[in-house]
Amino acid sequence: MADINLMDIIKEKNVVYKKTKVLTDKVMHYCPGCGHSTTHRIIAEVIEEMGIQDKTIGIAPVGCSVFMYDYIDVDTQEAAHGRAPALATAIKRLLPDRYVFTYQGDGDLAAIGTAETIHACNRGENITMIFINNGIYGMTGGQMAPTSIEGMRTSTTPYGRDAHLMGHPIKMTELVAQLPGTYYVTRQAVHTPNLVRKTKKAIRKAFEYQALNRGVSFVEVVSNCNSGWKMSPVQAVKWLDENMLPFYPLGDIKVPEK
Amino acid sequence: MDEDFVLMKGNEALAEAAIRSGADGYFGYPITPQSEVMEYLTAAKPWEHTGMVVLQAESEVAAINMLYGGAGAGKRVMTSSSSPGISLMQEGISYIAGAELPVVIVNVVRGGPGLGTIQPSQSDYFQATKGGGHGDYHLLVLAPASVQEMADFMPLAFDLAFKYRNPVMVLSDGAIGQMMEKVKFQPQRPRMTDDELPGWATTGKKPDRERNIITSLDLDPYRQERFNQKLVEKYRKMKEEEVRYEMFQCEDAEYVFVAYGTSSRICQKSVQLARERGIKAGLFRPISLFPFPENEIEALTSHVKGMLSVEMSAGQMVEDVRLSVHGKIPVEHYGRMGGVIPTPEEIVDVLIQKFIGG
Amino acid sequence: MTEEIIIAGFGGQGVLSMGKILCYSGVMQGKEVSWMPSYGPEMRGGTANVTVIISDERISSPILNSYDSAIILNQQSMDKFEKTVKPGGILLYDGNGISRHPSRTDINIYRADGAEEAAKMETTRTFNMIMLGAFLKIKPIVELDNVIKGLKKSLPERYHHLLPLNEKAIHRGMEIIQEIHVAEKV
Repeated sequence: MADINLMDIIKEKNVVYKKTKVLTDKVMHYCPGCGHSTTHRIIAEVIEEMGIQDKTIGIAPVGCSVFMYDYIDVDTQEAAHGRAPALATAIKRLLPDRYVFTYQGDGDLAAIGTAETIHACNRGENITMIFINNGIYGMTGGQMAPTSIEGMRTSTTPYGRDAHLMGHPIKMTELVAQLPGTYYVTRQAVHTPNLVRKTKKAIRKAFEYQALNRGVSFVEVVSNCNSGWKMSPVQAVKWLDENMLPFYPLGDIKVPEK
Repeated sequence: MDEDFVLMKGNEALAEAAIRSGADGYFGYPITPQSEVMEYLTAAKPWEHTGMVVLQAESEVAAINMLYGGAGAGKRVMTSSSSPGISLMQEGISYIAGAELPVVIVNVVRGGPGLGTIQPSQSDYFQATKGGGHGDYHLLVLAPASVQEMADFMPLAFDLAFKYRNPVMVLSDGAIGQMMEKVKFQPQRPRMTDDELPGWATTGKKPDRERNIITSLDLDPYRQERFNQKLVEKYRKMKEEEVRYEMFQCEDAEYVFVAYGTSSRICQKSVQLARERGIKAGLFRPISLFPFPENEIEALTSHVKGMLSVEMSAGQMVEDVRLSVHGKIPVEHYGRMGGVIPTPEEIVDVLIQKFIGG
Repeated sequence: MTEEIIIAGFGGQGVLSMGKILCYSGVMQGKEVSWMPSYGPEMRGGTANVTVIISDERISSPILNSYDSAIILNQQSMDKFEKTVKPGGILLYDGNGISRHPSRTDINIYRADGAEEAAKMETTRTFNMIMLGAFLKIKPIVELDNVIKGLKKSLPERYHHLLPLNEKAIHRGMEIIQEIHVAEKV
């Protein structure tokens, strides 16, 4: 068998995939296997493919993705906890020809920022909202999230979430789909290659719809938090499939009328 | 007869002046006694002529964060509220100060604590001038004392906000908000064009520059400290350049009332009444509450025997007056609270009782 | 010249708008003016009052507790404000519904039965202009021409057809005013 020279393979003509220019070179701080990195990459790719880097303004949340602005190379504002939709509302209304997106976790969007989420959706702000739901507070060390499923163990539900004591997990995506101001509402995931491709299509649509001026495009990404869940990445993906997805089923919830 | 003057409530005058300041956006939530601001704006429909956005938010929390977003995009944005609403905004105001964003916040103060009263008060002086939210920061605070100043301070507040990239508060109260006086407006200023938006704003990353990031977060303690020092330097510069005040019959005064806003109007009458009774009284009126006119107040100690800080509060500004005079002369406080407004006569009585006797 | 006036009555009697028209008349005459209402829930059907100051000089306190003139339109306001008129000052009141008439001897007291007179006109909403007319008869601090201009400026254009009626009401007030008591020299 002939020797294979690696340098013969690493050539422009052989490239099947490369990092989008809309991602910076900074190494992400996310844990290996976390869905944030994949979702960041998808957003950056969509921005590059649509050629809207110079027209896009992102809003980062409080939570693990607070440093989103270190990775996605677009003008970005870092919001107070839960208030990203309020920032986005003003930015889009004051700069209506720009593409504005929010990126929030479950604590940010579905607990402390519930009012801002509901009212931005209800007013039909012409923005894209990305919602990462991993059922736990990652940054603060694994406490219960509004979306933690029943029985889920977290540092503040060490015996599992008991709905009678701690309330029920909230299905924010189904909730906002009821509001007349949302145009496109979907739930996706990024833990398999196939799902990554589907999520990318959804996020692309969610950005493209801003040009139509028809209201909020809302994409939930059900994700994993290996560290917070105290699992290996492989165990976490399995647990997500077996426990999260039955409660948070994937697919479009509200699609534009043809 | 003067046809250029119109008769307007303070709240309405500030709304009209906001439009004429070339404001890009107003975001607010109704609360007495300042609801006329948004009512005036929504009736005037500035979006049809200047393009100014007016939005009734779902809460004061949302409104102040809309200001964060709008100011982060380089736009001239403002809100107005009254005491309980301003308390709700404090987190956002702290973030705005931390992200160095230029916004204008109008507080038409009512009495507290809690829901308190809807009547005029000056009980938010500490909150306005000492920070209000968490962290080391200051707002630049202007205190109007007339309907004309409600109007005049709007373009000034926007200019100062952008000069320092710092939130500016117009600290008014229910009396000035609700009263009508004649007012003359500045001509309409154009809104900023896209090209005029500041270079630091998030307007979309152009290929020839790095991305702009608006944040108040820095986990590196040394960098955060350098940032704090930068803020300190900014506040020092404000003290140098932005002290505003007014003096009334202080030249020969033996006793001086120190009062701002509504109280200063009442004290002006007290000066007249005191002089009718043979007491050489004067009035020092701070217009900028931060930066506080400490040197100018200290200078009066050369011939003034005592100062009476008159506030519609339990005694807040009096602390700054005392700090200013460095113990050289006695400083006393007289305040009414809960929406009660002191009368010119009772203020003179207090002056006599505290300083002159008899 | 500085004239400090309290106008007080029920909400709906046109207390605040009378004050506003008086202020606008002052503006038309080149005066400094201030209009300070009571505000809040009491605006909605309860008592309403407004402090109006018209002056040649910059106005100091817009809030006062003694007045050169009081225009009193109901009993509660009589109880509250009779004592606030400066000695030698003026109290003008509408007799309708007044059970305890003013009793001070050190002030000038006038009465104009505006409510009764308004009932005879096309609309009872002329009441406040009748009272304003009565007041201006005894205290001509602004010229009638300027009052008409002030009315025009403070009324929305869709009500401008009511200007002649308002002018008529002002004249009517000037006719019906009665002198009740002249202040005793102290």
